[in-house]
Amino acid sequence: MSGVLKRRSVLPGFGLTLGFTLSYLGLLVLLPLAGLVLAAARCQPQEMLATLLSHRTLAAFRLTLTTSAIAASASAVLGTIVAWVVVRYQFPGRRLLDALVDLPLALPTAVSGISLAWIYGPQGWIGRHLEAFGISVVRAPLGIIVAQVFIGLPFVVRTLQPAIEEIDPEVEEAAASLGAGRLQTFLRVLLPMLLPGLLAGMALAFARGLGEYGSVVFIAGNIPGQTEVVPVLLVSAIEESRADGSYDYQAAAVIAVAALAVSFVCLLAINLLQLWCRRR
Amino acid sequence: MPRWLSTGCVTVCKRIAICGIVGLGLAAVMVSLHGCGSGSQSVSILNVSYDPTREFYKQYNQQFVEYWKAQTGQSIVVRTSHGGSGKQARSVIEGLEADVVTLALALDIDVLASQGGLLAADWQRRLPHNSCPYTSTIVFLTYREHPRGLQISDWPDLLQQGVEVVTPNPKTSGGARWNYLAAWGYALKRELGDWRKLKDPACAAEVAEAEKKAEQFVTELFARVRKLDTGAREATLSFIQGQGDVLLAWENEALWVVNSPEGRRFKMVVPSVSILAEPPVAVVDAVVDRRGTRCVAEAYLEYLYSAAGQTLAAVHHYRPVKPELVPSEHLRQFAAVELFTIEQVFGGWSEAHRKHFAKGGICDRILAAMGR
Repeated sequence: MSGVLKRRSVLPGFGLTLGFTLSYLGLLVLLPLAGLVLAAARCQPQEMLATLLSHRTLAAFRLTLTTSAIAASASAVLGTIVAWVVVRYQFPGRRLLDALVDLPLALPTAVSGISLAWIYGPQGWIGRHLEAFGISVVRAPLGIIVAQVFIGLPFVVRTLQPAIEEIDPEVEEAAASLGAGRLQTFLRVLLPMLLPGLLAGMALAFARGLGEYGSVVFIAGNIPGQTEVVPVLLVSAIEESRADGSYDYQAAAVIAVAALAVSFVCLLAINLLQLWCRRR
Repeated sequence: MPRWLSTGCVTVCKRIAICGIVGLGLAAVMVSLHGCGSGSQSVSILNVSYDPTREFYKQYNQQFVEYWKAQTGQSIVVRTSHGGSGKQARSVIEGLEADVVTLALALDIDVLASQGGLLAADWQRRLPHNSCPYTSTIVFLTYREHPRGLQISDWPDLLQQGVEVVTPNPKTSGGARWNYLAAWGYALKRELGDWRKLKDPACAAEVAEAEKKAEQFVTELFARVRKLDTGAREATLSFIQGQGDVLLAWENEALWVVNSPEGRRFKMVVPSVSILAEPPVAVVDAVVDRRGTRCVAEAYLEYLYSAAGQTLAAVHHYRPVKPELVPSEHLRQFAAVELFTIEQVFGGWSEAHRKHFAKGGICDRILAAMGR
């Protein structure tokens, strides 16, 4: 351990930068989270369990995890295609397309939520035609997935781009000349090289989907137990009040800590999977 | 650093320091001199309001600023913040410096008094008409020509097969609480026929039966809701975007939509019975005393009761509490409707909150039934 700390580097300032890193993480990340856990700990254990195991909370977690997972997978497929096109081909407007990928991240989430709800709404440009086939997007879980893909796609594209840039087109040519089919080349040669980046991108998209509030609140129905995701549940839990009119922050804190734990476990699992991929 | 530069620097610094000290002194004098419109310095106040009052207060602020300038010679700035009423009340408790609050329901201001200790508990007696300068009611907004030929004229029509109702979430939106209570009150009226039975001990069994029917009615009504927005304006937006068949809305919000250019597709339907919605206003004592803005804040609210304030409220589709001050052409838009008050049917806001909207109340049961 001491050997690691004392190792000389060309640039000085290890102490300073580590100090900065620790105080940043402490003040902006760990301290607020510790406050949250403390607020939740003030709750009676029975009340805590009742909040967590209620039909509404469980349904919200189930819905959020499912839609985020589907959205992350959809982002992975679509994002791979987008990243591949942007890196591998030269065509007019390529740079513009490349820049457009980041737009969802810069857009205020409420703006994207309102526009998505409008386009996919029962009278919207796309929603009108889907409705004719009996497919509802707005006010249905599908809408939540659409919003999550919208915001998750840039993460996959941006993490995959450097990985694709590193792959020499000669690798594909070599595979083809050795007799591999197109699908085989993709599955056996390219995919293993892309997998760590893809998983990292998926993890980011998944995490973002879990926490997405601004756009989902406009497109989802927010019906408790049906189309209410965890962030929306959290916000309404904060706004709900007890019989004397006082606000019920503790119940919200309990749900928040549970959401934190679930996200942490999910991210840890994906990171471990990624590590395993790299080692292989 | 050359010598001339460093001495120059020092003199500049000195000057800045002197200016700073003089400026601070002046500011201190100005603050201590501050009285009701005595100075010519600029004062700003913040009005924390609820969702659909945006257009009204935008115009009212301009008028009030001009009025105040003419009265006292003082220039003021009035800022307004809008959002769901409950959320706004919470922001004020958490430190948003509101000189005045103009919220959707008395309960939200009661919470400022009881939890925040920001104003006296008897705030509602300070201004005329229970501190409500304007009122409204709950009406329906629907399509002029419905694509599926739905006819909606009163509460029972909302329960027709295939009707989708749009309302915000009563747990988060003040407007939605009025929607909920209006529906409940209608159902009670249908069962009982006479409000006086509610207070009559001899009718207790009949009232209990009617309450059960009312819960059933409201449950069925909410079973027709597919989206719960957090605020009234959001729900209006969802409806205009084509979600749902009928919107339960504030009368002022519905009139605002039908009078807007894109509102021609819609019509307002006034039900046979509805609730008298009373959005109250109050000066936040703790904030105005700290900021020295009490005079302006009080005048800001009192001006709402003047002929100019009342007329502007009517122009923005709020029912003025002093209609005698308002030209009759602005009053024609308000349909005659049988209105009941929250005191009359629910025994006041705190009682209605405890029974319906608090954690574990009837509203929780009704929302839980939506998810099945």
